[in-house]
Amino acid sequence: MTKKDLGIAFNLVSRQKINGLNSEEKLNFILKEVKNGKILVLEQGLTPMEQTSLIERTMKEIEHDTFIGVEMEGYSEDSSSFLQKLFGKVKRPRMTLIGPANLLKMIKKDNDMIQTKIIPGSGAE
Amino acid sequence: MGIFRRGRLSVILQKIFGKKHAKIGIYGPPNVGKTTLANRILRDWTGDIMGSVSEIPHETRRAKWKKDVRVENGSSSLLMDIVDTPGISTKVDFKEFMNTWGLTKEEAKKRAKEATEGVIESIKWLEDIDGVLLVMDATQDPFTQVNVTILGNLEARNLPVLIAANKIDMEDSSPATLKSAFPQHPVVPISALTGYNSDTLYSTMIKHFGKKRKKKWR
Repeated sequence: MTKKDLGIAFNLVSRQKINGLNSEEKLNFILKEVKNGKILVLEQGLTPMEQTSLIERTMKEIEHDTFIGVEMEGYSEDSSSFLQKLFGKVKRPRMTLIGPANLLKMIKKDNDMIQTKIIPGSGAE
Repeated sequence: MGIFRRGRLSVILQKIFGKKHAKIGIYGPPNVGKTTLANRILRDWTGDIMGSVSEIPHETRRAKWKKDVRVENGSSSLLMDIVDTPGISTKVDFKEFMNTWGLTKEEAKKRAKEATEGVIESIKWLEDIDGVLLVMDATQDPFTQVNVTILGNLEARNLPVLIAANKIDMEDSSPATLKSAFPQHPVVPISALTGYNSDTLYSTMIKHFGKKRKKKWR
Protein backbone atom coordinates (compact mmCIF):
# COMPACT_ATOMS: atom_id res chain seq x y z
CA MET A 1 0.00 0.00 0.00
CA THR A 2 1.40 3.36 -0.92
CA LYS A 3 1.40 6.37 1.33
CA LYS A 4 -1.31 8.01 -0.76
CA ASP A 5 -3.65 5.07 -0.30
CA LEU A 6 -3.64 5.55 3.44
CA GLY A 7 -5.96 8.52 3.39
CA ILE A 8 -6.17 12.24 3.26
CA ALA A 9 -5.01 14.52 6.05
CA PHE A 10 -7.76 16.80 7.22
CA ASN A 11 -6.55 19.16 9.91
CA LEU A 12 -8.63 21.44 12.10
CA VAL A 13 -6.58 24.46 13.02
CA SER A 14 -7.66 26.26 16.17
CA ARG A 15 -8.37 29.96 16.47
CA GLN A 16 -5.53 30.19 19.04
CA LYS A 17 -3.00 28.76 16.59
CA ILE A 18 -4.03 31.22 13.87
CA ASN A 19 -4.18 34.18 16.23
CA GLY A 20 -0.67 33.44 17.41
CA LEU A 21 0.76 34.01 13.93
CA ASN A 22 1.26 37.23 12.03
CA SER A 23 -0.05 37.46 8.46
CA GLU A 24 3.22 36.34 6.87
CA GLU A 25 3.50 33.38 9.23
CA LYS A 26 -0.12 32.37 8.56
CA LEU A 27 0.46 32.30 4.82
CA ASN A 28 3.71 30.37 5.20
CA PHE A 29 2.00 27.83 7.44
CA ILE A 30 -1.02 27.39 5.15
CA LEU A 31 0.98 27.10 1.95
CA LYS A 32 3.43 24.64 3.45
CA GLU A 33 0.63 22.37 4.66
CA VAL A 34 -1.43 22.64 1.48
CA LYS A 35 1.57 22.00 -0.75
CA ASN A 36 2.08 18.84 1.28
CA GLY A 37 -1.41 17.72 0.25
CA LYS A 38 -3.22 18.55 3.48
CA ILE A 39 -6.69 20.02 3.78
CA LEU A 40 -7.03 22.62 6.51
CA VAL A 41 -10.13 23.80 8.31
CA LEU A 42 -9.28 27.09 9.94
CA GLU A 43 -11.53 27.77 12.91
CA GLN A 44 -10.95 31.44 12.21
CA GLY A 45 -10.19 32.25 8.60
CA LEU A 46 -8.12 34.91 6.95
CA THR A 47 -8.95 38.57 6.53
CA PRO A 48 -9.75 39.67 2.95
CA MET A 49 -6.29 41.26 2.73
CA GLU A 50 -4.68 37.99 3.85
CA GLN A 51 -6.82 36.03 1.38
CA THR A 52 -5.63 38.30 -1.42
CA SER A 53 -2.02 37.83 -0.32
CA LEU A 54 -2.57 34.07 -0.23
CA ILE A 55 -3.78 34.13 -3.84
CA GLU A 56 -0.75 36.20 -4.84
CA ARG A 57 1.66 33.89 -3.01
CA THR A 58 -0.07 30.83 -4.48
CA MET A 59 0.38 32.15 -8.01
CA LYS A 60 4.09 32.62 -7.37
CA GLU A 61 4.43 29.03 -6.15
CA ILE A 62 2.44 27.21 -8.82
CA GLU A 63 4.44 24.46 -10.50
CA HIS A 64 2.80 22.76 -13.44
CA ASP A 65 3.25 19.15 -12.37
CA THR A 66 3.17 19.36 -8.59
CA PHE A 67 1.08 22.30 -7.38
CA ILE A 68 -1.74 23.90 -9.39
CA GLY A 69 -3.03 26.18 -6.65
CA VAL A 70 -5.48 26.17 -3.79
CA GLU A 71 -9.17 25.71 -3.25
CA MET A 72 -10.28 28.10 -0.54
CA GLU A 73 -13.84 28.44 0.65
CA GLY A 74 -15.23 30.44 3.51
CA TYR A 75 -17.69 33.15 4.33
CA SER A 76 -17.05 36.83 4.45
CA GLU A 77 -16.51 38.50 7.77
CA ASP A 78 -19.34 38.81 10.27
CA SER A 79 -20.91 42.17 9.82
CA SER A 80 -20.56 44.53 12.74
CA SER A 81 -23.50 45.96 14.59
CA PHE A 82 -23.86 49.70 15.02
CA LEU A 83 -22.47 49.53 18.57
CA GLN A 84 -19.53 47.35 17.48
CA LYS A 85 -18.68 49.88 14.76
CA LEU A 86 -19.03 52.72 17.27
CA PHE A 87 -16.52 51.12 19.62
CA GLY A 88 -14.18 50.09 16.83
CA LYS A 89 -14.64 46.36 17.34
CA VAL A 90 -12.73 44.46 14.70
CA LYS A 91 -14.69 42.10 12.44
CA ARG A 92 -13.51 38.51 12.67
CA PRO A 93 -13.04 36.27 9.64
CA ARG A 94 -15.13 33.11 9.79
CA MET A 95 -14.31 29.42 9.40
CA THR A 96 -12.46 28.66 6.16
CA LEU A 97 -11.56 25.50 4.30
CA ILE A 98 -8.29 25.49 2.34
CA GLY A 99 -6.73 22.63 0.41
CA PRO A 100 -4.78 21.77 -2.72
CA ALA A 101 -6.81 22.45 -5.86
CA ASN A 102 -6.05 19.02 -7.31
CA LEU A 103 -7.59 17.37 -4.25
CA LEU A 104 -10.39 19.60 -3.03
CA LYS A 105 -13.22 20.79 -5.28
CA MET A 106 -16.02 23.14 -4.37
CA ILE A 107 -19.39 21.80 -5.47
CA LYS A 108 -21.85 24.36 -4.20
CA LYS A 109 -21.81 27.31 -1.88
CA ASP A 110 -24.66 29.40 -0.61
CA ASN A 111 -25.45 31.47 2.46
CA ASP A 112 -25.92 28.39 4.64
CA MET A 113 -23.62 25.68 3.41
CA ILE A 114 -20.38 25.00 1.54
CA GLN A 115 -20.36 21.63 -0.20
CA THR A 116 -17.00 20.27 -1.28
CA LYS A 117 -15.73 17.07 -2.73
CA ILE A 118 -12.41 15.41 -2.00
CA ILE A 119 -10.77 13.65 -4.89
CA PRO A 120 -8.77 10.77 -3.41
CA GLY A 121 -5.39 9.71 -4.66
CA SER A 122 -3.30 12.81 -4.31
CA GLY A 123 -3.39 13.77 -0.67
CA ALA A 124 -0.97 13.44 2.20
CA GLU A 125 -1.00 10.91 4.95
CA MET B 1 -5.92 85.25 -4.87
CA GLY B 2 -4.16 82.02 -4.02
CA ILE B 3 -7.30 79.90 -3.90
CA PHE B 4 -8.18 80.81 -7.48
CA ARG B 5 -5.07 79.21 -8.92
CA ARG B 6 -6.16 76.52 -11.35
CA GLY B 7 -4.94 73.42 -9.48
CA ARG B 8 -6.15 74.62 -6.11
CA LEU B 9 -9.57 75.56 -7.43
CA SER B 10 -10.09 72.17 -9.03
CA VAL B 11 -9.18 70.46 -5.75
CA ILE B 12 -11.72 72.59 -3.90
CA LEU B 13 -14.41 71.91 -6.50
CA GLN B 14 -13.68 68.20 -6.36
CA LYS B 15 -14.00 68.25 -2.56
CA ILE B 16 -17.37 69.95 -2.85
CA PHE B 17 -18.87 68.15 -5.81
CA GLY B 18 -17.09 64.79 -5.79
CA LYS B 19 -14.78 63.08 -8.23
CA LYS B 20 -14.60 64.04 -11.90
CA HIS B 21 -11.74 61.76 -12.87
CA ALA B 22 -11.40 58.22 -11.56
CA LYS B 23 -9.25 55.19 -12.30
CA ILE B 24 -11.65 52.27 -12.56
CA GLY B 25 -10.50 48.64 -12.59
CA ILE B 26 -12.59 45.96 -14.29
CA TYR B 27 -12.17 42.90 -12.09
CA GLY B 28 -13.55 39.40 -11.77
CA PRO B 29 -12.81 35.71 -12.21
CA PRO B 30 -11.70 34.41 -15.64
CA ASN B 31 -14.32 34.13 -18.39
CA VAL B 32 -16.99 36.38 -16.93
CA GLY B 33 -16.72 38.91 -19.78
CA LYS B 34 -14.39 41.60 -18.42
CA THR B 35 -12.72 42.37 -21.74
CA THR B 36 -16.05 42.14 -23.58
CA LEU B 37 -17.35 44.80 -21.19
CA ALA B 38 -14.20 46.92 -21.53
CA ASN B 39 -14.59 46.72 -25.31
CA ARG B 40 -18.26 47.69 -25.02
CA ILE B 41 -17.43 50.77 -22.90
CA LEU B 42 -14.61 51.87 -25.17
CA ARG B 43 -16.58 51.25 -28.35
CA ASP B 44 -19.50 53.31 -26.99
CA TRP B 45 -17.39 56.23 -25.78
CA THR B 46 -14.16 56.28 -27.79
CA GLY B 47 -14.80 54.08 -30.82
CA ASP B 48 -11.81 51.96 -29.81
CA ILE B 49 -11.51 48.48 -28.26
CA MET B 50 -9.44 47.17 -25.35
CA GLY B 51 -8.38 43.67 -26.42
CA SER B 52 -9.21 40.26 -27.82
CA VAL B 53 -11.76 37.94 -26.24
CA SER B 54 -11.88 34.16 -26.19
CA GLU B 55 -13.82 31.28 -24.71
CA ILE B 56 -10.56 29.91 -23.36
CA PRO B 57 -10.00 31.16 -19.81
CA HIS B 58 -7.20 33.63 -19.08
CA GLU B 59 -7.27 35.25 -22.52
CA THR B 60 -6.28 38.56 -20.91
CA ARG B 61 -2.97 37.90 -19.19
CA ARG B 62 -1.63 41.45 -18.93
CA ALA B 63 -3.57 44.44 -17.64
CA LYS B 64 -4.56 46.91 -20.34
CA TRP B 65 -5.76 50.42 -19.81
CA LYS B 66 -7.24 53.30 -21.66
CA LYS B 67 -6.92 56.83 -20.34
CA ASP B 68 -9.43 59.66 -20.38
CA VAL B 69 -12.63 57.84 -21.29
CA ARG B 70 -15.48 60.28 -20.77
CA VAL B 71 -18.81 58.64 -19.97
CA GLU B 72 -21.82 60.94 -20.10
CA ASN B 73 -25.41 60.82 -18.97
CA GLY B 74 -27.47 63.93 -19.56
CA SER B 75 -25.75 66.83 -17.84
CA SER B 76 -23.45 64.65 -15.71
CA SER B 77 -20.28 62.95 -16.82
CA LEU B 78 -17.22 61.21 -15.44
CA LEU B 79 -13.75 61.05 -16.94
CA MET B 80 -12.21 57.64 -16.31
CA ASP B 81 -9.06 55.68 -16.86
CA ILE B 82 -10.34 52.16 -17.51
CA VAL B 83 -8.11 49.25 -16.50
CA ASP B 84 -9.01 45.81 -17.86
CA THR B 85 -7.38 43.31 -15.51
CA PRO B 86 -6.58 39.61 -15.99
CA GLY B 87 -9.04 37.23 -14.31
CA ILE B 88 -8.29 36.39 -10.70
CA SER B 89 -8.32 32.75 -9.66
CA THR B 90 -6.88 30.64 -6.87
CA LYS B 91 -5.63 27.95 -9.25
CA VAL B 92 -4.25 27.57 -12.76
CA ASP B 93 -3.97 24.09 -14.24
CA PHE B 94 -2.25 23.83 -17.61
CA LYS B 95 -3.88 20.43 -18.17
CA GLU B 96 -7.29 22.14 -18.36
CA PHE B 97 -6.06 24.15 -21.37
CA MET B 98 -4.98 20.91 -23.02
CA ASN B 99 -7.91 18.66 -22.14
CA THR B 100 -10.76 21.14 -22.44
CA TRP B 101 -9.46 23.57 -25.03
CA GLY B 102 -7.13 21.46 -27.14
CA LEU B 103 -3.95 23.47 -26.64
CA THR B 104 -0.62 21.72 -27.07
CA LYS B 105 1.36 20.99 -23.91
CA GLU B 106 3.78 23.77 -24.71
CA GLU B 107 1.02 26.31 -25.42
CA ALA B 108 -0.87 25.25 -22.30
CA LYS B 109 2.16 25.61 -20.03
CA LYS B 110 2.98 29.02 -21.49
CA ARG B 111 -0.61 30.20 -21.06
CA ALA B 112 -0.71 28.88 -17.48
CA LYS B 113 2.55 30.61 -16.59
CA GLU B 114 1.35 33.91 -18.06
CA ALA B 115 -2.01 33.49 -16.32
CA THR B 116 -0.34 33.23 -12.90
CA GLU B 117 1.62 36.42 -13.65
CA GLY B 118 -1.62 38.07 -14.75
CA VAL B 119 -3.35 37.27 -11.45
CA ILE B 120 -0.44 38.83 -9.56
CA GLU B 121 -0.62 41.92 -11.75
CA SER B 122 -4.37 42.27 -11.15
CA ILE B 123 -3.84 42.14 -7.39
CA LYS B 124 -1.10 44.75 -7.57
CA TRP B 125 -3.41 47.11 -9.48
CA LEU B 126 -5.78 47.12 -6.47
CA GLU B 127 -3.34 49.52 -4.80
CA ASP B 128 -3.74 52.05 -7.56
CA ILE B 129 -7.41 52.34 -8.42
CA ASP B 130 -10.30 54.49 -7.25
CA GLY B 131 -13.14 52.08 -7.88
CA VAL B 132 -13.99 48.64 -9.24
CA LEU B 133 -16.44 47.38 -11.76
CA LEU B 134 -16.71 43.80 -10.56
CA VAL B 135 -17.97 41.57 -13.34
CA MET B 136 -19.84 38.42 -12.36
CA ASP B 137 -21.35 35.76 -14.56
CA ALA B 138 -25.10 35.85 -13.88
CA THR B 139 -25.41 32.21 -14.98
CA GLN B 140 -23.01 31.01 -12.27
CA ASP B 141 -22.99 30.62 -8.49
CA PRO B 142 -22.19 34.10 -7.15
CA PHE B 143 -20.50 32.97 -3.94
CA THR B 144 -17.18 32.01 -5.50
CA GLN B 145 -14.20 32.62 -3.26
CA VAL B 146 -12.71 35.01 -5.81
CA ASN B 147 -15.85 37.20 -5.70
CA VAL B 148 -15.96 37.06 -1.90
CA THR B 149 -12.23 37.82 -1.58
CA ILE B 150 -12.26 40.73 -4.04
CA LEU B 151 -15.32 42.26 -2.40
CA GLY B 152 -13.86 41.85 1.10
CA ASN B 153 -10.60 43.43 -0.05
CA LEU B 154 -12.36 46.42 -1.63
CA GLU B 155 -14.63 46.90 1.38
CA ALA B 156 -11.56 46.93 3.64
CA ARG B 157 -10.05 49.66 1.43
CA ASN B 158 -13.38 51.52 1.32
CA LEU B 159 -13.27 51.53 -2.48
CA PRO B 160 -16.58 51.83 -4.35
CA VAL B 161 -17.72 48.66 -6.10
CA LEU B 162 -20.31 48.30 -8.78
CA ILE B 163 -21.29 44.76 -9.70
CA ALA B 164 -22.05 44.11 -13.36
CA ALA B 165 -24.21 40.96 -13.52
CA ASN B 166 -23.13 39.94 -16.99
CA LYS B 167 -24.45 37.45 -19.55
CA ILE B 168 -28.13 38.15 -18.88
CA ASP B 169 -28.75 37.44 -22.56
CA MET B 170 -28.30 33.77 -21.64
CA GLU B 171 -31.36 31.75 -20.74
CA ASP B 172 -30.09 30.40 -17.42
CA SER B 173 -28.95 33.76 -16.05
CA SER B 174 -30.26 34.93 -12.71
CA PRO B 175 -29.26 38.52 -11.88
CA ALA B 176 -31.72 38.45 -8.96
CA THR B 177 -29.53 35.83 -7.28
CA LEU B 178 -26.56 38.18 -7.54
CA LYS B 179 -28.58 41.06 -6.14
CA SER B 180 -29.69 39.05 -3.14
CA ALA B 181 -26.16 37.66 -2.62
CA PHE B 182 -24.52 41.09 -2.38
CA PRO B 183 -27.20 43.53 -1.21
CA GLN B 184 -24.61 45.99 0.12
CA HIS B 185 -23.45 46.91 -3.42
CA PRO B 186 -25.28 48.20 -6.50
CA VAL B 187 -25.86 45.43 -9.04
CA VAL B 188 -26.64 46.23 -12.67
CA PRO B 189 -27.76 43.36 -14.92
CA ILE B 190 -26.13 43.71 -18.34
CA SER B 191 -25.13 41.90 -21.46
CA ALA B 192 -21.69 43.17 -22.45
CA LEU B 193 -22.06 41.15 -25.64
CA THR B 194 -25.31 42.70 -26.86
CA GLY B 195 -25.07 46.02 -25.03
CA TYR B 196 -28.33 45.38 -23.18
CA ASN B 197 -28.83 47.81 -20.26
CA SER B 198 -25.52 49.58 -20.84
CA ASP B 199 -27.20 52.98 -20.41
CA THR B 200 -28.19 52.03 -16.87
CA LEU B 201 -24.65 50.80 -16.25
CA TYR B 202 -23.15 54.11 -17.42
CA SER B 203 -25.49 56.28 -15.35
CA THR B 204 -24.82 54.11 -12.27
CA MET B 205 -21.06 54.33 -12.90
CA ILE B 206 -21.19 58.14 -13.04
CA LYS B 207 -23.29 58.32 -9.88
CA HIS B 208 -21.38 55.68 -7.90
CA PHE B 209 -17.78 56.36 -8.92
CA GLY B 210 -18.25 60.12 -8.95
CA LYS B 211 -18.99 60.28 -5.21
CA LYS B 212 -16.27 61.58 -2.96
CA ARG B 213 -14.90 59.05 -0.52
CA LYS B 214 -12.08 58.68 1.93
CA LYS B 215 -9.74 55.95 0.75
CA LYS B 216 -8.32 53.71 3.46
CA TRP B 217 -4.63 53.09 3.10
CA ARG B 218 -3.33 49.68 4.13
